[in-house]
Amino acid sequence: MALTTSPPDPKALDAAPARGYSSDAAGLGRLRAGAFVAPALALIAVFLVFPALWVIYLGLMNYRLTGIAAAEPGFVGLDNYLKALSDPGFWNSTVLTFQFVLGSAVIGQAVLGFTLAWLMRNRRGTLKSVVEGIVILAWILPSAVVAFLWVALLDRDSGTLNALLGIPGFAWLLDYPMLSIIVFNTWRGTAFSMMLYGAALGNVPPSHLESARLAGASGLQQLRDVVFPHIRGHILTNLLLISLWTFNDFGPFLLTAGGPENKTEILAVYVYKTALQAGDLGYGAAISTIILLINLVVAIFYLRLLRSRK
Amino acid sequence: MTRFVVGRIGFYTLIALLLAFFTIPLLWLASAPFTSNPTYEVRMPDFTWENFEIILAHPYALGSLVNSLILAIGSAILVVVLSALAAYALSRVRLPGRDALLYALLLLSSIITGTAAMVPLFQLAIELGLIDSHTGLILIMTGGLLPAAIFMIKDFMDTTPKSYEESARVFGASPLQIVRHVVVPVVRPGLATIAVWTIANVWGNFLMPYLLLSDVEKQPAAVIMYTLYTEGGQANLKVLSTFGLLYSVPVVLMYLFVSKKYGFRFHGGIKR
Repeated sequence: MALTTSPPDPKALDAAPARGYSSDAAGLGRLRAGAFVAPALALIAVFLVFPALWVIYLGLMNYRLTGIAAAEPGFVGLDNYLKALSDPGFWNSTVLTFQFVLGSAVIGQAVLGFTLAWLMRNRRGTLKSVVEGIVILAWILPSAVVAFLWVALLDRDSGTLNALLGIPGFAWLLDYPMLSIIVFNTWRGTAFSMMLYGAALGNVPPSHLESARLAGASGLQQLRDVVFPHIRGHILTNLLLISLWTFNDFGPFLLTAGGPENKTEILAVYVYKTALQAGDLGYGAAISTIILLINLVVAIFYLRLLRSRK
Repeated sequence: MTRFVVGRIGFYTLIALLLAFFTIPLLWLASAPFTSNPTYEVRMPDFTWENFEIILAHPYALGSLVNSLILAIGSAILVVVLSALAAYALSRVRLPGRDALLYALLLLSSIITGTAAMVPLFQLAIELGLIDSHTGLILIMTGGLLPAAIFMIKDFMDTTPKSYEESARVFGASPLQIVRHVVVPVVRPGLATIAVWTIANVWGNFLMPYLLLSDVEKQPAAVIMYTLYTEGGQANLKVLSTFGLLYSVPVVLMYLFVSKKYGFRFHGGIKR
């Protein structure tokens, strides 16, 4: 489910209004067309739309997994939201989530992805395929596997990282847990930014770069004056999408399970722990609603951007 | 000239560092399964197959891979069939409210994530008796993936010519025959993309099966992998490394297949 946020092709939105209608070449007719669409819509309605609405309702109840409140949940209005405001655990998670998104998506993935795309822009052949292949591999391997690979890498006594750095006994996951999951998620997700920027750089006219070079512009000046103005839209798209995904990412749970001492308890993990481990479904639903609203704001911003760009 | 040389050296140093950063965590997966007594440290393997024999004897390892396969294939069939039907109708027939519907689908698919919906989905699964049910999990994951799939495949159908369908109609084919024998063959690459995308998503998904399947016999590889390294005592690195490799190989093969056949370029997002 974490994967339902596929980046839509900007063309998809534009294609519909631009095209002429009365294109019903197979003679489907509205009735049959409706029947074609219905099964998909039914599944989406039951397993995607309804849960999103239900979570708002649940957030207004004192629902619990077990006990009296499980049998007879009562309406508590905005109590869960007021509870969140004064809950240090919620604020801790909010701050950690912000650090996680800023550190691993906005700084880590975007910068590293752009660097890789820029370094590889004029290359063909083995080096390019090897570099891109390895970066993509980190992205496509199952999350449970990569999480354990990092457990092994960062292991205190016999991990490869400490062996390479010559500092046996250094406990990365205990002493620098937040840094660990930020670097982990940067490693994990850079491929998307690399590919997006790779495609974007292909759209920068070589002649512009050439004339900038002839005019004596340095590499950084070329980047600033020629490349960035051309790919501004791609940068914004990239930042919005990876922020949205990172904000909703459950991956760090597999590496640290929120610990030690809640130091990596980002909101996704916090919801899981309060609602499904501690059983406070109502409160968990209220926090989920907050997550949903933040997602909504980012997504609307993104869709407006797509529309304005056509 | 010196500037050029310095630039080259800088370039290759940077590439080497980046390559090391991305490669080093992966090395363990390539070496430990073939090492007799694997530790956390990456070592030169002594190329034994013994660890794979241990996996064969493991009570849940192979079964969980079968479960992953059932979930992935089941979801892929549902997603491909339902999204193709819906996308075709939406592409060719102007249903009332179509554009608003597409916009809503796009919005929903990006905001209702596993994280935001885990509480209601868990509740829903309890109410509908879908806990510990592969069918339930397939339906839930299909519902989550469908909007993006409809979008991708509709984009594909919008760009295919309608002349084939028109001529088939002239020869008296019924709409359903046209869809089956004319449209499907034309958009087959698009359908294959959706299938691969769904399989990759479901195969790697951890959160949903972790929430909804408590019976260890029904759990897919993602959950078993997590259980293997979090539950009880010293982690068995022979089992973990080998199982991790077996669980990863299909994804890698699929990636190689896709990148060879269609080119793994950026379009719409093949994963995530």
